[in-house]
Amino acid sequence: MKWLEGRALATIPSRGDQPLSEDYEIEIEQLPLDAWHRANGARMVEFAGYHMPIQYEGIIAEHLWTRENAGLFDVSHMGQLLISEDGAAEALEAILPSDIIGLPVNKMRYSLLLDEDGGILDDLMVSTREDGIYMVVNGAVKYEDIGHIREFLPDEIAMNHMEDQALLALQGPKAVEALSRVVPGVEKLFFMECAAFGDLWISRSGYTGEDGFEISVPADRVEALATELCAQPEVKPIGLGARDSLRLEAGLPLYGHDLDPATDPVSAGLTFAIQKRRREQGGFPGAATIQKYLSEGAPTKRVGLNVSGRQPAREGAEIYAGDTLVGKVTSGGFSPSLQSPIAMGYVSSAHATPGTQLEIDVRGKRLSATVAPMPFVPHRYHRKGATK
Amino acid sequence: MSRYFTTDHEWIDVAADGETATVGITDYAQGQLGDIVFVEVPASGTRIEKGGDAAVVESVKAASDVYAPVSGTVSEGNPALEGDPSLVNSAAETDGWFFTLVLNDKGELDGLMDETAYKAFVAGL
Repeated sequence: MKWLEGRALATIPSRGDQPLSEDYEIEIEQLPLDAWHRANGARMVEFAGYHMPIQYEGIIAEHLWTRENAGLFDVSHMGQLLISEDGAAEALEAILPSDIIGLPVNKMRYSLLLDEDGGILDDLMVSTREDGIYMVVNGAVKYEDIGHIREFLPDEIAMNHMEDQALLALQGPKAVEALSRVVPGVEKLFFMECAAFGDLWISRSGYTGEDGFEISVPADRVEALATELCAQPEVKPIGLGARDSLRLEAGLPLYGHDLDPATDPVSAGLTFAIQKRRREQGGFPGAATIQKYLSEGAPTKRVGLNVSGRQPAREGAEIYAGDTLVGKVTSGGFSPSLQSPIAMGYVSSAHATPGTQLEIDVRGKRLSATVAPMPFVPHRYHRKGATK
Repeated sequence: MSRYFTTDHEWIDVAADGETATVGITDYAQGQLGDIVFVEVPASGTRIEKGGDAAVVESVKAASDVYAPVSGTVSEGNPALEGDPSLVNSAAETDGWFFTLVLNDKGELDGLMDETAYKAFVAGL
């Protein structure tokens, strides 16, 4: 049999879609928790230039554990950046389409790095801290992001790539119970709020659709923290495999798959990242295109797809309405929570209404699929003002 | 009945008459794939070529092609895998078989590994 799994996971395309090939040597680096993962029984794979845990006991079991309890993810491959001079917020608004100037201290926003045509170079989280503006960018493109931001940032504004920090995500309905025992006070944060707790920088956020936290921790302390968290009865270490199936169920796009320079925020359904003032005033890369799409609609839309039967439709599969090619799958897999195949993809806007019947070509076989509202599994964020 | 293995992690059991055989993937392979959620087996009557695509096994994450260890004509795909693909995880080398076939050329079995050789091969991976 032919092992596609390693290939599918190892080649998140970086900007420019340069494929990994034999003559393109990449040194695989070790994350601070490498030995800890191995000691805890993880199977390691190469991902974004690092050895990363793909799974421990099995993707389905880890996925369901996270949905019911709390899962600990190592996301230390992601880039943590700190921009720490006065004027940083103004300067960043020339690069990002979000309202950064109006972002209060200890709050965060989802934002996008865009090219001149409005194409998506990366998605990221941006937070305002007392000591500057903190951003978390995707691991596979972090060096390209740093180069891009540095190019557009005025020379006098310093940017620190915080390579001495590890990043953990604790996700699931019992994450707050477990973490508040280790770090009292975190329970006071609401979704998209963040704060310093000693030498930890903690945000109430994540990418699984569950309540949870992301914890930036000095790399030399991360092993002790991971061990302490996994000593809580609610917590188990979870691999990248379940992280991917959780985010797909949550309807969250993944850079390099659902987002790339050929997609724009309007087609991708990410206009919430562009606050009202920015929409009206523009002044960010690709503003003209994006404002046009905002008023007239984009030609394509990112949609969810419920696939009938048991066979998953994977990334790259073509989507048809009758004989007409109308789109392509960008993420697809088997939903452990729903026990059925689900997918995400772009289709022409005329076929994007939930309930639309389409077909997906999987190796010459047509699977029926229905455009579905996303998320596939409801989000359970701990929002301020929300009734429980 | 003799069992042979390929370097691509398929096993093949050849019946005593030397004419028919059963094919599946090894326990090592299912362990590497993780949770299996779908198996596409070939229809009876399909002619398959040694080394060619014969079936597809899908885990939560990815699809993997299964190759034919020898050439032949498929007699039957395992109907039990349709309702319970996880049989490949729980019984890869018994009830989780993929298909049976009538061999074209017994000579193609030469060069496949026996169990001892396969175990040594896997230990070296």
